[in-house]
Amino acid sequence: MERFRVAVVVTIRRSIADVQGMTVEQALHAIGFPMIEDVRIGKYVEMLVTAASAEEARAYVEQACQQLLANPVIEDYRVMFAVPIATEAEQQG
Amino acid sequence: MKFGIVIFPGSNCDWDAYWAVRSGLGAQAEFLWHKEETIPGDIDCLILPGGFSYGDYLRSGAIARFSPIMKAVVRFAQAGGLVLGICNGFQILCEAGLLPGAFLRNRGLRFICRPVFLRVERSDTPFTNAVPVGTVLRIPIAHGEGNYYVEPSVVRELEDRGQILFRYCDAAGQVTEAANPNGSVANIAGILNREGNVLGMMPHPERACEALLGSTDGLYLFRSLQQYRMSAVATSVVS
Repeated sequence: MERFRVAVVVTIRRSIADVQGMTVEQALHAIGFPMIEDVRIGKYVEMLVTAASAEEARAYVEQACQQLLANPVIEDYRVMFAVPIATEAEQQG
Repeated sequence: MKFGIVIFPGSNCDWDAYWAVRSGLGAQAEFLWHKEETIPGDIDCLILPGGFSYGDYLRSGAIARFSPIMKAVVRFAQAGGLVLGICNGFQILCEAGLLPGAFLRNRGLRFICRPVFLRVERSDTPFTNAVPVGTVLRIPIAHGEGNYYVEPSVVRELEDRGQILFRYCDAAGQVTEAANPNGSVANIAGILNREGNVLGMMPHPERACEALLGSTDGLYLFRSLQQYRMSAVATSVVS
């Protein structure tokens, strides 16, 4: 078994107005970033998962998203990465 | 009549609910800590009070929904027991799947704490039998995430089945966009489950049970529950 650093991003579903994102977008335009649009605010959840493989770690996290981390009525989630923590340490040098 | 008031870590309207049903209604009440795994047999109605269970971490109600007592709450509701979720209690009932829908941040992104007007859409329910349809109640809201959302198709289902019990309206009872404080779909302020024994509402009836607090309209709801309980007892005595 290995341990994997897994990250999830949860955002408001596309079909629902993300009022926070819209407000931040207006502020960005006001301070000189007209090139930035479609701003969406979400939640970032990072965790360590013990599993046999990165795929298995992702699968556990998918289940966790469905049961708790995201509410499918209003939110979408994306598992951003599942990296073995040894690799993570090497990356940090 | 006896109420069971569930206390989660972070509940803060538990004593208000206790006071409202004891002093306002003259009913009995008992607190139930969220780690309990059963509901005492003499409880007629459960109240999931307002507050910020688990600090509203992740999403309002998302963690409280897994508290040990919630399995018993689900069994109690499935057996026909009366369940009233107020504010955070409503959010918990939605997260638990006892009621449809979920909550977004208020449309204006501000926490709103003020009295609002609600139109009663049905009076043939355990929660509203003491108040005629179309009555306008003045009851306070106090929430940052009260923007109720369900898919448009589900809104139609809720309407067809008569599950919408309270809508935000103006003082004259008109359901308008301007009278919608938080952006909730179809001005929904309170909904029933399909069976009609579980109600979730964002406004706080327990904060509107004394003239000193500015309104006694919340008492209609608690009186309805008591009336329903008394008629149910009368029916069982007759049969």
